[in-house]
Amino acid sequence: MSDQQVDNSKRRFLLVAASGAGAVAVAGVATPFIASFFPSERAKAAGAPAEVNISKLEPGQKIDVEWRGKPVWVVKRTPEMVANLPKNDPKLVDPKSESSDQPSYCQNEGRSRKPDIWVAVGVCTHLGCSPTFRPELAPADLGPEWLGGFYCPCHGSKFDLAGRVFSGVPAPTNLVIPPHKFFGDADSMLLIGEDQ
Amino acid sequence: MSKLQNVGQQVLDWVDDRFPLTATWKAHVSEYYAPKNFNFWYFFGSLALLVLVIQIVTGIFLTMNYKPDGSLIPGTNVSVAFASVEYIMRDVAGGWIIRYMHSTGASMFFVVVYLHMFRGLIYGSYQKPRELVWVFGTLVFLILMAEAFLGYLLPWGQMSFWGAQVIVNLFASIPVIGPDLSVFIRGDFVVSDATLNRFFALHVIAVPLVLLALVVAHLVALHEVGSNNPDGVEIKKLKDPKTGIPLDGIPFHPYYTVKDILGVAVFLVVFSLVVFFFPNVFGYFLEDNNFIPADPLKTPPHIAPVWYFTPFYAILRAVPSFLGTQVWGVLAMGAAVVVIAFLPWLDRSPVKSIRYRGPIYKSALVLFIIAFIGLGILGALPPTDIRTVVSQILSVVYFAFFFGMPWYSKLDKTLPVPERVTDSTLGRQMRFLALFALTLVLSAVFAWVI
Repeated sequence: MSDQQVDNSKRRFLLVAASGAGAVAVAGVATPFIASFFPSERAKAAGAPAEVNISKLEPGQKIDVEWRGKPVWVVKRTPEMVANLPKNDPKLVDPKSESSDQPSYCQNEGRSRKPDIWVAVGVCTHLGCSPTFRPELAPADLGPEWLGGFYCPCHGSKFDLAGRVFSGVPAPTNLVIPPHKFFGDADSMLLIGEDQ
Repeated sequence: MSKLQNVGQQVLDWVDDRFPLTATWKAHVSEYYAPKNFNFWYFFGSLALLVLVIQIVTGIFLTMNYKPDGSLIPGTNVSVAFASVEYIMRDVAGGWIIRYMHSTGASMFFVVVYLHMFRGLIYGSYQKPRELVWVFGTLVFLILMAEAFLGYLLPWGQMSFWGAQVIVNLFASIPVIGPDLSVFIRGDFVVSDATLNRFFALHVIAVPLVLLALVVAHLVALHEVGSNNPDGVEIKKLKDPKTGIPLDGIPFHPYYTVKDILGVAVFLVVFSLVVFFFPNVFGYFLEDNNFIPADPLKTPPHIAPVWYFTPFYAILRAVPSFLGTQVWGVLAMGAAVVVIAFLPWLDRSPVKSIRYRGPIYKSALVLFIIAFIGLGILGALPPTDIRTVVSQILSVVYFAFFFGMPWYSKLDKTLPVPERVTDSTLGRQMRFLALFALTLVLSAVFAWVI
């Protein structure tokens, strides 16, 4: 036995073949473990639309609705708020909402289906904090040119009352507008998460 | 020799024939020769080990009563997890002390690790041949940050929830794969019970195992090359020709075990003061908002990470978004940690220790300290326009310290390094104390002005 020549190329082949087979086995075994990190079927099923009655909403008032575990804001803007929106345009990153996320029927100045009722996912497009509603004009901390909007307490991003982001802040895009539709008597009901 | 000692020796011999017990003890403790000129900076390595033990022991006991369950107790807005922490604090005998030891231990871990890293920085402990000691150490730091972050979610308070929300969304900013990656990390479309459960599993078993393995690698690499010292002199160069023991080396045991016991005693005094008298440390060790149960619909008006993350958080906030993505801030924050690992290859100085470095390096180091502490203060404060500008300047200084190092460390005039280690002089100690006091005063002034 000991005087036999060692066939190195055969050894190398066996080494590569065994390593390859081992790697395939490891990848196969890893699959269920990695898969278990994705949302479960139960988590995926919990995306039902949310229904809310908006008939009692006062002008200038904001209410929070939970949809898919996230806060969704419904704001009834006053005519003055709506009229002030275009004044912010020069200071915005994306005033026409061209690179932002909203249904096509909300890609307008007010980012809404109706001028007054504005619906948005209340999650900052920077890192997911929920911005604070700051409807007042020219508060001390936000400067004399503030026409009302939202201020993110985490990293200082600012949005106007259509959820459009101001330039020079960390958030890259406007707030997300979820699909929604009005229904019921005189459109007194709002359905968030469905627009068909 | 008494009969009992005889039996003891026989048992030891029996074991040594089968397992290298005495040999291991000698190699790593009683015959591990460390330089004889260690000063107080050398306490923090062994203290980090002590805190690791405290965290593991208190952590094991906390898991016996903690419940990683994000579901709400019927009729309340309090989750089972949050309530189980309150239960530990109020109803479990000794529970409050165990939890406060664990929460204080988390912060103290970073205190000693930051000081330990600073020691390595000023004495050039990362230079050849200790590059791997340093790289393993940086990995320990990185894993420690992950461990602290995962553990912070578990009480399921407002800061837990929103802190996790922000950090997980950091990953969502990565182009293309980001949104799916963040869903993968959370196990849900929002931070939820699924997230809490997996963070618990990672915090109590997976990450600690990695941490322990890295600590072992850090120590094995250190004991292979030997410890550096405040003079940056290689003690292995000059050995006693008869014994082969470094002339400037003394055995770790009993010399440094005894020295470290003093460090442990002082450390435990400070540790106990915190645990018993001000466990929250004015909202810096345990944040006020985390005593409010998590509310996914309401971000607290001011959120800031725990103090040990604030320098890196300030860098994240300092970088504005451009090209329609805010991944740059995330990259800058990651780079701020990762760049530390590359120090051995960025430093081109012929000397190790700050004692023999020239004015350029010393100035750069002072600027770096100012930047790091300044960013730490800014990261804890709510952002304003002026603070953002100051953070941007300090972030540039932070990175300039590293990326400019290949040039300025080479340009610098250095002093000749002695053959043998030297004693620490009183003048040196006074200078250090004066600098330390100045740093504290300046930080306080800066925090007040900004």
